[in-house]
Amino acid sequence: MSKLVTDPNIGAPDDFYAALIDAHRGLPEADSHLLNARLILLLANHIGDLEVLRQAMALARAGVAGDKAAT
Amino acid sequence: MLRYQHWPDQDAADGARHAVAIVGAGPVGLALAIDLAQAGQPVVVLDQDDRLSDGSRAICFAKRTLEIFDRLGCGAPMVAEGVSWHTGKVFFRDDLVYSFDLLPEPGHARPAFINLSQHRLEELLLHRAEALPAISLRWQQRVTAVEKTAEGARLTVATPDGEYRLSCRTLVAADGARSTVRGLLGHESTGQTFHDRFLIADVRMEADFPPERWFWFDPPFHRGQSVLLHRQPDNVWRVDFQLGPDADPAAERAPERVIPRIQALLGPQAKFSLLWVSVYTFACARMARFRDGPVLFAGDCAHRVSPFGARGANGGVQDADNLGWKLRAVLRGQAPDWLLDTYADEREAAADENILNSTRSTDFITPKGAISHLFRDAVLGLARDHGFARRLVNSGRLSLPATYDGSALNTPDADAFEAGPRPGAPAIDAPMENGWLLDATHGGFTLLAFGALPDGAAQALGDLVPPATVVTLPAQGLAAERYGARDGAFYLLRPDQHVCARWRRFDADAVRAAHARALCRDDAA
Repeated sequence: MSKLVTDPNIGAPDDFYAALIDAHRGLPEADSHLLNARLILLLANHIGDLEVLRQAMALARAGVAGDKAAT
Repeated sequence: MLRYQHWPDQDAADGARHAVAIVGAGPVGLALAIDLAQAGQPVVVLDQDDRLSDGSRAICFAKRTLEIFDRLGCGAPMVAEGVSWHTGKVFFRDDLVYSFDLLPEPGHARPAFINLSQHRLEELLLHRAEALPAISLRWQQRVTAVEKTAEGARLTVATPDGEYRLSCRTLVAADGARSTVRGLLGHESTGQTFHDRFLIADVRMEADFPPERWFWFDPPFHRGQSVLLHRQPDNVWRVDFQLGPDADPAAERAPERVIPRIQALLGPQAKFSLLWVSVYTFACARMARFRDGPVLFAGDCAHRVSPFGARGANGGVQDADNLGWKLRAVLRGQAPDWLLDTYADEREAAADENILNSTRSTDFITPKGAISHLFRDAVLGLARDHGFARRLVNSGRLSLPATYDGSALNTPDADAFEAGPRPGAPAIDAPMENGWLLDATHGGFTLLAFGALPDGAAQALGDLVPPATVVTLPAQGLAAERYGARDGAFYLLRPDQHVCARWRRFDADAVRAAHARALCRDDAA
């Protein structure tokens, strides 16, 4: 089973982070949300492996305060 | 009107006696009755109404359903009269996002779908049923009590001239979503109810839209909702408008509300007349078990789905297809009673598949909450330019026949196959020198032999009960390609044309064992 990579995997982390913030620059909040959704869909297709995607979703959700199911 | 008739056995001192009684003369009940009767099995069909269904019921009948109706001797007039189609188009806001082809290859007798009103389909089934003397069709006969007995089931039947008792070995409940028989036996169909309301309008008009399934998400003429358009015969069009959960069903049915919606779609100049209007909601639900001793449950009585995907009537006809041959084999003593358990096993799994698909379609079409809506629109926005997103768009995953993976009737592959229908899958059509492959498999069990049959092979299988008809096909060509059989192969098909087993080389003992296994018999290896 493929495992979600959570060790550092991005060669230039500061560049990535700046690019992510830049991608949203100047957008109204609603458009930013849409951008995020599109981004998730594009990246999910790039990853392709549903098992890895499920791990990422679970991990993302576990870190959200409002998630009662995770506690 | 379908007239009530007083049958002589209604006066029998100890009640009428029949091997099989079917309650409900809809598409499922009639299909099963025809399947039994054309093989010589007498059957009585009880229906409480004096007419066939009317209004906006099923309209899309899938290729597999048509193939089943071909086997039942009534597919041709349906296809001749229905509107054949295979293309679907999806629109988002002002744009065409993409189109899809449900049958992108030639070499099949039947189209991906026909559109035909359920009423006309039932008329054609009824016409076929009336030609079979083994069917006793009883209109205006309502079941008021059901009792399970040691021998089967005993019914109390109310008629315009009084009640009578009817005993049968097997009772099939095909009496619809609000099944009387299911209720009398204390069973429920449970699941998820959806709250969005939809408006169906059947309109007659001269229009030059092609015979395709058109689906709009959030179109300019019906903001924030979805619309589905289908062409039917005789210039009739089915339009389905999503209205949302807060719509007032009585107000929305009024012509002064409906006509502007249709004008918004067609343009102000369009000339049309309303044939039928209804507002509906739907549920995805099923019974826990499709068999209760002598009683078998089929069609909407056993399972319900949303309309997106055309899985209701098509799924129900596949129930009948699955049950007919099993019932015949059990009644003739060719198989043990628990062959009927496999009807429940196989069709429950099929119902789960249909419900899963239809629930997912519904969730895509009517997203719940802001985030679901956002992702839905993000998918639609990406779909025009990106193939991966098209695969995520779900305007209805259109009915495909179930593959009975894991069924006790399958003999797992011992030989390797790179292509072709696996055990449990329905056989695939292909052209033959004269006619069509599926038409050649109407005689019960069938052994498809690609290439020459070894000497003595037919004789070695000559004593199978029920018999298996051998159909020989060339080891090269389209059929062989579709069955992964270019170097020769053998497929054993059940009477419902699903694959029991397949081999690379002929082995009479293996065929006999697979045949016995498909009938739940002890002589299976």
